[in-house]
Amino acid sequence: MIAILDYGSGNLRSAQRAFEVASANVVVTRDAKTCSEASALIVPGVGAFAACMEQLTQVGGVEIIADRVAKERPIFGICVGMQILFQSSSEKKDTQGVGVLPGKVDELKAPILPHMGWNRVAPAHTSKLFKGVEDQSFYFVHSYAAKSCIPDATNTITNYGEDFLAAVEKDFVVATQFHPEKSGAAGAKLITNWVKTL
Amino acid sequence: MTLAKRIIPCLDVAGGRVVKGVNFKDLKDAGDPVELAKKYGLEGADELTFLDISASVEERETTLEIVRKTAEQVFIPLTVGGGIRSAENVNELLRAGADKISINTAAIARPDLINEISDRFGNQVLVLSVDARRAQTKSGFEVTTHGGRQSAGLDALAWIGDAILRGVGEILLNSMDADGTKSGFDIEMLSAVRKISSVPVIASGGAGKISDFAEALTAGADAVLAASVFHFGELRISDVKNDLAKRGFPIRA
Repeated sequence: MIAILDYGSGNLRSAQRAFEVASANVVVTRDAKTCSEASALIVPGVGAFAACMEQLTQVGGVEIIADRVAKERPIFGICVGMQILFQSSSEKKDTQGVGVLPGKVDELKAPILPHMGWNRVAPAHTSKLFKGVEDQSFYFVHSYAAKSCIPDATNTITNYGEDFLAAVEKDFVVATQFHPEKSGAAGAKLITNWVKTL
Repeated sequence: MTLAKRIIPCLDVAGGRVVKGVNFKDLKDAGDPVELAKKYGLEGADELTFLDISASVEERETTLEIVRKTAEQVFIPLTVGGGIRSAENVNELLRAGADKISINTAAIARPDLINEISDRFGNQVLVLSVDARRAQTKSGFEVTTHGGRQSAGLDALAWIGDAILRGVGEILLNSMDADGTKSGFDIEMLSAVRKISSVPVIASGGAGKISDFAEALTAGADAVLAASVFHFGELRISDVKNDLAKRGFPIRA
């Protein structure tokens, strides 16, 4: 069973359906026990970093994530759900993240923000996540991103105004700045690739 | 790695059906928003837009149901507009499966609505739809309401600038002069808005022939929205995208 962490508002329905295509049992929940027992936990996120951290804290989500990290069990962060896994973000005000991944999240230096739409990525050849969809486009909608590669991880870079991390695969943690659940057939393939690793 | 220019079909929905710009000979399938959404998704649409043109309280649940069904079957971004008056309306639509929300008249009546939605959900969910036409205002363009029949008493560029500061993440610029003429987009207006907008701009109104799309992108549009040319089958999304690719625009294959 895959659990999607429900810690506020946003479009969780698409995420649930997209992951159901690859895996039979996907639940949307904030129940700590269900999240702990799930074979994998998906951390979604929309809106501002600080607001997300606040909502996450309110439902005990920080502990839920920390529990899985301690047990080294699979986590998939999407969009702001990726960003909050880092140590901090400078969006609006400096805010601490969960700190599973090293580094911080800053505003992209680009003339037009948000970075909104379909962009290509440059996956490392070792990437399991992008196998078969290396040359495809994925749907991004964000103004902030992590810009430093993570040591001892498979880093996938893209560029909008400057280079930033489009995805990272590090041990049991996978995260994408884009929305695989909104990225059509390419996103579906990426999700299937990840589900196969569980 | 270049951000692709987006082609967005727009579906006007009322009473659970696509009601405008559809070939009524094929009412059975062509009028169903979920089926049309699926078809456009397969043809390469980069996003979809639903506009609830009835926008009545009674039809709210019908719209939510269409959004739910679409989000379950079509895995590309979905924008929903029409009749949104509160952050709670936005919340319902996002939970049903919408990714972005467009607002228009309600924001003109009460601009603070922009701040309320943006503060809660972020500016990336919020599209400001602007029905603009040429007029004797400071910029030469004014905002209209009631499908272009009434002046809102606002300069279009001033309104867009204000809305961006308040927190909209995208501008859907509808030319009321070009709308329905199929004689091409209002390139001057598009260029003027592009110059002052720090957020993406979607061109709308006037699409007729395939080369109109390239003109809008050259004028600085980040995306192009069209309804009738796609619904009537005059142009196919794939043909538009092929044409743009040939002209060297970045598109999603």
